[in-house]
Amino acid sequence: MKIVVCIKQVPDTTGGVVKVDPVTGTLRRDLMPTIINHDDKTGIEAALQLREKIGGTVTVVTMGPPQADVALREALAMGADEAVLVSGREFGGSDTYATSGILAGALQKIGYDIIITGRQAIDGDTAQVGPQLAEKLGVPQVSYVEEVIDAKPEAITVKRQFEDGYHIIRIKTPCLLTAIAELAEPRYMTVSGIVDAYEKDIQVIGFEDIKDLIEVEWIGLKGSPTNIYKSFTKDLKGAGTILKDLSAEKFVEAIIEKLDEKHII
Amino acid sequence: MSKDIFVVIEQRNNKVQGVGLELIGEATRLNADLKEQVVAVLLGGDVKGEVDKLYHYGADKVILVEDPMLKDFATEPYTKALTAVCKEFEPEIMLFGASSIGRDVAPRLASRIKTGLVADCTGLRMAKEQEELDREVACGCTDPERALLMTRPTFGGNLMATLMCPRTKPQMATVRPGVMKKIAKDTTRKGELIEFKVDFVPEDMNIEILEVVKSEKKAVDLTEAKLIVSGGRGVGGPEGFGIIRDLAKALGAEVGSSRACVDAGWIEKDRQVGQTGKTVRPDLYVACGISGAIQHVAGMENSGFIVAINKNEAAPIFQVADLGIVADLKVIVPKLTEAVNKFNESKTAQ
Repeated sequence: MKIVVCIKQVPDTTGGVVKVDPVTGTLRRDLMPTIINHDDKTGIEAALQLREKIGGTVTVVTMGPPQADVALREALAMGADEAVLVSGREFGGSDTYATSGILAGALQKIGYDIIITGRQAIDGDTAQVGPQLAEKLGVPQVSYVEEVIDAKPEAITVKRQFEDGYHIIRIKTPCLLTAIAELAEPRYMTVSGIVDAYEKDIQVIGFEDIKDLIEVEWIGLKGSPTNIYKSFTKDLKGAGTILKDLSAEKFVEAIIEKLDEKHII
Repeated sequence: MSKDIFVVIEQRNNKVQGVGLELIGEATRLNADLKEQVVAVLLGGDVKGEVDKLYHYGADKVILVEDPMLKDFATEPYTKALTAVCKEFEPEIMLFGASSIGRDVAPRLASRIKTGLVADCTGLRMAKEQEELDREVACGCTDPERALLMTRPTFGGNLMATLMCPRTKPQMATVRPGVMKKIAKDTTRKGELIEFKVDFVPEDMNIEILEVVKSEKKAVDLTEAKLIVSGGRGVGGPEGFGIIRDLAKALGAEVGSSRACVDAGWIEKDRQVGQTGKTVRPDLYVACGISGAIQHVAGMENSGFIVAINKNEAAPIFQVADLGIVADLKVIVPKLTEAVNKFNESKTAQ
């Protein structure tokens, strides 16, 4: 049973600090700390729990620049067995369609029984690569998985979240699941895990390794069906009135006055 | 060959969801430039009763695909049906709600029919300016006057990006619920119905839906709320929402929350405002003890009037507040509730 988790290294925006180049309007990833995307980390945990239930191995895969190996090492330190870095100049600038095609090539190369991806990444926010990867591989998918109810090598039963309820779904392997935060609480790395993680080899898959498995005219910036016309920062609206060092009564008075003036109350 | 704007209508329990009507409204606005037809695609087990409603909100045509296999959402049957619709009718543009259904089926479909898809858009327009048309052509577009420009927030809403899909059709987008506006309902409007058959085989249902559970409690739709009082980490715990609820009650408002409180289990998920939650635009938004993470701000900054109450003067929420109160919400909120109640009483007494 080979469980494969696709992860992405993303800029850490939790502190609210996003560095944007004022001229080009693009993100200065180099100035921001990186983390494993939250939903993907949940996916790693879910994979480790599945391994405990049904056996097999957990392989983490990421597509990105060579520096993305940091994310893979962290996943290894959490307990993953193997790590694969999909990296190459040819892949740069890929949109979700192109990315899923490249990942599908890599996954065909390494093999898989169960694929887990995070639902969406906090940088691109698209939630598209999981379903698109499943389509490229021709395997069924369940997205928005919030609980694994039962797992056997031949099929998994999961709880699929909707805005107004949930479905209990049985899906045969091979298949792809996308993880949401409720699915699992990621474990911490262990000291021995960290030591082991840096002793393991990371397999690198480049363009030459998968060129016969992918549609080469559909990868990278040129092969992506969507292109960025422009990116820009939003204009912040002008600051309002800030009141401080008043008595509670005065504060409340000021609020009521405004709400009355705006005909809200 | 059709060159129309298609809207995939989301239905749950055979009822059309609001986002579908919003998208018909937006498609109608886009069509002022494109001058084709607005076509609603309705999939389901027994949904014919909803067709007229789609005309009333602006659809010129409805393509209805009814089949027992489409009763509950499942990725493969929905993808197969929409693939058949795209092959038969060749839409110019295809829009989906960016819901947990739209964001599941749209990428699968886009991948199958080999076209681009832009996620969670908050702005759509047809290319018009020379610069836009030139850029489309430079990227390989052969009919730039029919090109759609799709704007979406990325990085939790801090950065906006406008994307195009220059070489493949349909140009596909999922659109965030609550952002686009419905057009006024006109019950005299009529349209053309096309009943479209898809040849399903049992294997198309490649998952087994064992149970369908609807939440007993009706999910709160904050996107429709006129007034919202939201609590953040500053409320201190689940019991801290008591004073937030009291204020909301006094104002006749809904209760909202930041992601932190939802993650901590202090309040239900349907109360979350912001990324992976909801974009809201009420007349009044009162942020209590919310620091203002970019994801949250992106979800509420278009509110009519924003009051922020926070002890920390440096909290980013104050940058979007119309009225900022640097004070402890635990002191201010109960007194404000009292004052609102008093105000209402004096009003009714008049």
